[in-house]
Amino acid sequence: MTVPASSGQPLLKISGLQKSFATPDGGQRRIVDIPEFSLAAGAQRALAGESGSGKTTFLNLIAGILRADRGIIRLNGEEVSGYTESQRDRFRARNIGYIFQTFNLLQGYSCLENVLLGMSFGCGTDRAFARSLLVRVGLGDRLHHRPGQLSAGQQQRVAVARALANRPRLVLADEPTGNLDRKNSRVALDLIREACHENGAALLLVSHDEEVLGTFEDRQDFHQLNQGGGKEAAV
Amino acid sequence: MNIGGIVRRSLRQHALSTAVTALSVALAGGLLLTVWVVREQSQAAFTGVNAGFDAVLGARGSKLQLVLNSVFHLEASPGNVEWRDFEEIRDNPNVELAVPLAVGDNYHGWRIVGTLPNLFTSHEYAPGRRFEMEAGGRCFDPLRREAVLGSFAAEKLKLKVGDTFHPFHGLIFDEHQQHAETYVVVGLLKPSNTPADRVFWIPLEGLQRMSGHAANAATEVSAVLVKLNADSPMAGFQLDNLYNKQGTRLTFAWPIGRVIAELFGKISWFDRVLTLVAWLVALVATGSILASIYNSMNERRRELAILRALGARRTTVFAVIVLEAAAIAGLGAVLSFGVYAVLMSTVAEIIRAQTGVVLEPFAFNAVMLWEPAVFIVLGALAGVVPAVKAYRTDVAQNLTPHS
Repeated sequence: MTVPASSGQPLLKISGLQKSFATPDGGQRRIVDIPEFSLAAGAQRALAGESGSGKTTFLNLIAGILRADRGIIRLNGEEVSGYTESQRDRFRARNIGYIFQTFNLLQGYSCLENVLLGMSFGCGTDRAFARSLLVRVGLGDRLHHRPGQLSAGQQQRVAVARALANRPRLVLADEPTGNLDRKNSRVALDLIREACHENGAALLLVSHDEEVLGTFEDRQDFHQLNQGGGKEAAV
Repeated sequence: MNIGGIVRRSLRQHALSTAVTALSVALAGGLLLTVWVVREQSQAAFTGVNAGFDAVLGARGSKLQLVLNSVFHLEASPGNVEWRDFEEIRDNPNVELAVPLAVGDNYHGWRIVGTLPNLFTSHEYAPGRRFEMEAGGRCFDPLRREAVLGSFAAEKLKLKVGDTFHPFHGLIFDEHQQHAETYVVVGLLKPSNTPADRVFWIPLEGLQRMSGHAANAATEVSAVLVKLNADSPMAGFQLDNLYNKQGTRLTFAWPIGRVIAELFGKISWFDRVLTLVAWLVALVATGSILASIYNSMNERRRELAILRALGARRTTVFAVIVLEAAAIAGLGAVLSFGVYAVLMSTVAEIIRAQTGVVLEPFAFNAVMLWEPAVFIVLGALAGVVPAVKAYRTDVAQNLTPHS
């Protein structure tokens, strides 16, 4: 299910995307309502938005972690939104890299094992490539360290390496610098952008940090993009 | 990294609970193995022990008591047999060999049995196997106060050729009941792995005429071990008819194996209770696997969500948990052989000390193949409940808070 490269059409194209969640009082709150969205192959775009605006939900919908109530998500022309959960899992494993604010590294695994794990559910493990990614992010001497033995900045670098482990077409980054200090934040951001560029992956990053957003030429306001964010949804 | 690698790392990550749970499985498995092997081996060993004889002739009474007393050297004699009864059966054409036994004395609780030398010189206690003396020993002289000791008794009492002892009256040791006679050890039997290993053997006449014994003891024996004439296929039936149906004074316990088998039949309920307890312990151990993994699920939700976010399918995390449970059970099953070795060696030693019957802890038994398989299957089944919980883990909720 790996999406082949194509030309002439955007890598990611979304239309009429909607997602609502049940509220405690029995109603439905629409978190995501995005009429149109697209991202070119290899592009790097930042989505700016406050906490609670639905950015993470949007990324989870693209990744196939959540299923949309309505709408179409196409990656390189292939309609992902129509897949079953199992197909979406496989699709995600092979085509998408995900970087989280909280890193989400598995504590019982070494750096190298965390990166290998990023390959396990996709096209299979490639130990040499995993090593080269860790060397690329400056952790060549920390291959067998556990996340708990690393600083926050180093952990995020492992997360970057893991996100690129499957040579994804698209990297989703959810507040990737949210848990880092200013210096590490800048280093991590540069690393994510460079690594994506070197690996030919498009980058879709969401953040509320103006300093991060300011480094992107291609920047979009999520609040304007998400027309129905936070509204009560018609049931 | 495959599912096996994920399972291995998860077990490593939860090493303490893995070890404790595997240990509980090991104890349960060891108990199950022990109960099973003791049951099968003891039944086979006891019903197979006949000291090379086919029957026992004794006073009127319980056949079982007669066999236990004469073959296993347990229990008290149901009564005595007159010397002429011994001579009569010895001379019966249906009988190949008849060996009289006299009991009634002990040495510090170890049974002293009077008999004739032909038990050691011309009798096979198992096909092709005769009693043998350790180097430097010989059989007792029937007219002297000499003794031959069973290997186990000699080993436990640290007696050797040339040592002397005074018998004590009765089958239960009482220090005030010492006989005046002094016996010299002239031979030690090589281990025969039969009840004979636990006995002090002395001349029949010595026991009959021991000071303090009743006067009529000199003309009586406790029982007669009988080996039937192999050329006479109806010998057993004829003697059974003669002594048990036509006669009223004596009991002819034949065949020895069936008498013991009847005992096992009578106590089979105990056997079933033991087995049931072992299975219940196995179920409790399986429950401990379930509880251990289930309780860890809350702290593992994020870990599972991360796996799912990386592309692991629901069925994959389900399989990881089931395999983890099966692996703990498998580890426990492997360790159960260590528990079994300790338990079984102890039980075998106790049975040998009490009865002289030797169990073999390390002999193959089919339970050694199916016990690990059963525990692994039970473990996998125990893993299904937490695996369902893992299967239902909400990825988005457990991965990161919504922004």
